[in-house]
Amino acid sequence: MRDVASERDVDRPGTTERVVTLDVNGRSYTLRLDTRVTLLDALRDRLGLTGTKKGCDQGACGACTVHLDGRRVLACLTLAAQAEGRAITTIEGVAGTEGPHPVQRAFMDHDGFQCGFCTPGQIMSAVALMAEGRAGSDEEIREFMSGNLCRCGAYPNIVAAVREAASGGGYDAHL
Amino acid sequence: MRTFEYVRATDTQEVVRMLAEDPSASCLAGGTTQLDLMKDGVLEPPTLIDITRLPLHGIERRGESLHVGALATMEELAADSTVAERLPVVREALLLGASVQLRNMATIGGNLLQRTRCRYFRDPAVLECNKRAPGTGCAAVQGAARMHAVLGVNENCIALHASDLAVALVALDAVVHIQGLSGRRTVPLTEFYVTADESPERENVLEHAELITEVEIPLPPPSARSGYLKVRDRVSYEFALTSAAVVLVVEDGTIRQARVGLGGVGSKPWRAYEAEHVLTGAPATSATFQDASEATMRDAWTVPGTAFKVPLARRTLVRELQTVSGVTA
Ligand SMILES: Cc1cc2nc3c(=O)[nH]c(=O)nc-3n(C[C@H](O)[C@H](O)[C@H](O)COP(=O)(O)OP(=O)(O)OC[C@H]3O[C@@H](n4cnc5c(N)ncnc54)[C@H](O)[C@@H]3O)c2cc1C
Ligand code: FES
Ligand code: FES
Repeated sequence: MRDVASERDVDRPGTTERVVTLDVNGRSYTLRLDTRVTLLDALRDRLGLTGTKKGCDQGACGACTVHLDGRRVLACLTLAAQAEGRAITTIEGVAGTEGPHPVQRAFMDHDGFQCGFCTPGQIMSAVALMAEGRAGSDEEIREFMSGNLCRCGAYPNIVAAVREAASGGGYDAHL
Repeated sequence: MRTFEYVRATDTQEVVRMLAEDPSASCLAGGTTQLDLMKDGVLEPPTLIDITRLPLHGIERRGESLHVGALATMEELAADSTVAERLPVVREALLLGASVQLRNMATIGGNLLQRTRCRYFRDPAVLECNKRAPGTGCAAVQGAARMHAVLGVNENCIALHASDLAVALVALDAVVHIQGLSGRRTVPLTEFYVTADESPERENVLEHAELITEVEIPLPPPSARSGYLKVRDRVSYEFALTSAAVVLVVEDGTIRQARVGLGGVGSKPWRAYEAEHVLTGAPATSATFQDASEATMRDAWTVPGTAFKVPLARRTLVRELQTVSGVTA
């Protein structure tokens, strides 16, 4: 889905709309947005990228976790305008050409979910956790994944999945 | 959320000028307090100035102090090598706060300026809140208080300042660098905050048309040991019920220097001078630590929901003094 703002929609002083160009999963999208629109709502409602979930919409649950310039952040407390010029990666962008990301495969193998609602956020967090070098032990995984809540309580399997993905677990990590 | 104009700033002095011209404009840093409260309808600025692209991100050691740009993130500061080596109390306070996602967004300036988590303050449907609407009363005093303060409070407001970092920084005598229309000034963090019993609505001495540009942290002597203990309802990702920031220099069993901050208890990050007074020059023993903790919390003003904090804060301090000194006997 592509939503292109027209030429005349330049920013005027006093306006509460803004033309915003977002770089999502390597593609560039230009949108005309109400300034209140969060990155989360822009992704879901304007770009149709509904993999990123809205749980609390207030920074408490982690369901909306995405990467901005490689760092995990909460899309619900980021204005779309703030994300301009940054490389945004969502769950739709983590898989490689040769299939799911090792963390995605590990979540499937370990049944790291029940209803699946928190899963995209968990996976985005876990991918970042590995890059941060914080998947050294179960204790470390639990601490540094604590910003992602799971209402179904799938935590033991989530930790097992992250542990396996982090240890290579027979997968070819491609990050 | 009310509509607002979004302005992306690139020049610090320009932001100060915009703020001076518009008394209702607000700044947006990491947004983890600002946007949260705008969603709740507590804050409704017609203009939001995004300051995240100002050149205030650097973390630099100059001699025996660390200069931290106001827009450095909590994760960036926690990862700094000087912080790891010389300021364990800062590193621990940072890493025990919020979650990695929030720490990647939240800035050091924003952290010091975060607003209280009081649920009555955060809910505009509640009419009694002297902080939001001066003169209306305090719903928390009669209501369900738990995550509230017991020092620097009275029946007019018991809102807690919930920053962990600020507790470590008051103990370290950090200094806030501020830029205003007429230039720069510096304020010691211990003099930066205003307590709720003085004025519920005004929380610090920052003027509307002023920006925090930097936080300067003097490094404790290389022989100092430090740490932060946070006691909470959940193991991780939760605000403090009580916390203690401790910096000690111990020589031959005698405490030469002591700096103590207490969290989860004050309407501002609390510096426990009375505990330091007991500790300094005394033998590093559990008996001394006990005496020091007894000296704190004497001015506590509690309601039934917060009375537990007085003994808990004292025990938290004793435990952290033991951990930092390595003396448990
Ligand atoms: C779910 C959750 C859990 C949390 N847990 C913890 C915790 O355990 N411990 C803890 O300490 N904190 C915790 N926090 C609070 C968090 O640390 C703060 O919200 C954050 O540090 C604020 O920084 P920010 O950059 O996002 O500020 P913003 O939200 O962008 O700004 C906060 C305020 O400061 C003003 N401002 C920001 N920067 C400047 C500046 N340089 N000069 C002048 N004004 C400025 C803004 O106008 C605004 O009024 C938590 C927050 C959430 C949402
Ligand atoms: S939806 Fe963003 S943290 Fe819950
Ligand atoms: S799997 Fe249902 S919320 Fe986590």
